[in-house]
Amino acid sequence: MSNEQIKNLEEIFEARIARDEKIEAKDWMPEKYRKTHIRQISQHAHSEIVGMLPEGNWISRAPSLRRKAALLAKVQDEAGHGLYLYSACETLGISREELYQQLHSGKAKYSSIFNYPTLTWADMGAVGWLVDGAAIINQVPLCNTSFGPYARAMVRVCKEESFHQRQGFEIMLKLCNGSKEQKDMAQDALNRWWWPSLMMLGPTDAESVHTEQSMKWKLKRKSNDDLRQQFIDQTVPQADLLGLTIPDPDLKFNKQTGSYDFGAIDWDEFWQVVKGHGPCNKQRISARVAAWDNGAWVRDAAMAHASKKQAIKVKIAI
Amino acid sequence: MDNNWPLWEIFVRSKNGLEHRHFGSLHAADQEMALENARDVYTRRNEGVSIWVVKSSDITASNPENNGELFEPAQDKVYRHPTFYKLPDEVKHM
Repeated sequence: MSNEQIKNLEEIFEARIARDEKIEAKDWMPEKYRKTHIRQISQHAHSEIVGMLPEGNWISRAPSLRRKAALLAKVQDEAGHGLYLYSACETLGISREELYQQLHSGKAKYSSIFNYPTLTWADMGAVGWLVDGAAIINQVPLCNTSFGPYARAMVRVCKEESFHQRQGFEIMLKLCNGSKEQKDMAQDALNRWWWPSLMMLGPTDAESVHTEQSMKWKLKRKSNDDLRQQFIDQTVPQADLLGLTIPDPDLKFNKQTGSYDFGAIDWDEFWQVVKGHGPCNKQRISARVAAWDNGAWVRDAAMAHASKKQAIKVKIAI
Repeated sequence: MDNNWPLWEIFVRSKNGLEHRHFGSLHAADQEMALENARDVYTRRNEGVSIWVVKSSDITASNPENNGELFEPAQDKVYRHPTFYKLPDEVKHM
């Protein structure tokens, strides 16, 4: 194809998105659109998969059967969300093996928040309330994104996500209405998860390199700073309800804007974690790689069994 | 031997009276496993009463680049639509 023809196709393509038409996997798309989507959808899928690890730790330590059942269901949902997203990503012509390889080698990123440790049971509450809360804010606009398979996967994800946040808030509520030790535990979890949750919504608009293009493709409907403000405004009253204190001395309601002003975020910490130097980066990836490697014989055996059965079927047919 | 599990397309009937609809895809070693995985991945909250699994490689799809030729014949046959036929107003609903 000549450059002229490609330019023409690109214009038609951008116009389709501007008209709110959906792009489907077999449609022509600019290489950059394909690559950007593979990057974002796979990052999202990896985050779901790695996101199971900090919680998996607490399944066997849940304080009651009710909590255990809920946590198991939440972790199972996360595996499901990862699978919806991987299969949406594969429609763009990348294989599951390649995607896993990128995660295991460290080439692909996942949400930096999962590189923090879950030290107490209250962390299960804080993760559900804050991390899933921030995730929902990020994800809801994606139900309308331009790439059909991604948008459909997100509709399913968002439907299931609300239970995650509610069960987390309920854990916090129970702790806050409990003994002093339990309430302290809840406060400690909020102290440790608050700032990483704000960072989770991404670098400031000034630092965000992909924003403009992503807005055009509806991969993003609101800027990181707007999403962060939305998250803070929605979460502060919830913390008040719990009787907990947000660990930010500069947090103050601004009557003029109708929003909360907040203190400076430690972006050095964020970039350190993104670059692999967070408290649990190595532990997370090695747990993931071990799970994959240790499962190899099961996958091989299942394939061997399937081909054996297929061979018998063919023999009977002959 | 290629040990990567093949890809399957999953179709789910949400309730009797409705058609099966494409829900997504997943990897599985064979059709039984594809069915079981589809149950776990796509129907964790009573989303379905029946599941079909089809190996993705068995699906033949039309190419959107040929949409013009493929669907064009439908465009110029206005006589297939009821509004093509002019009737007097006295014939109220037909």
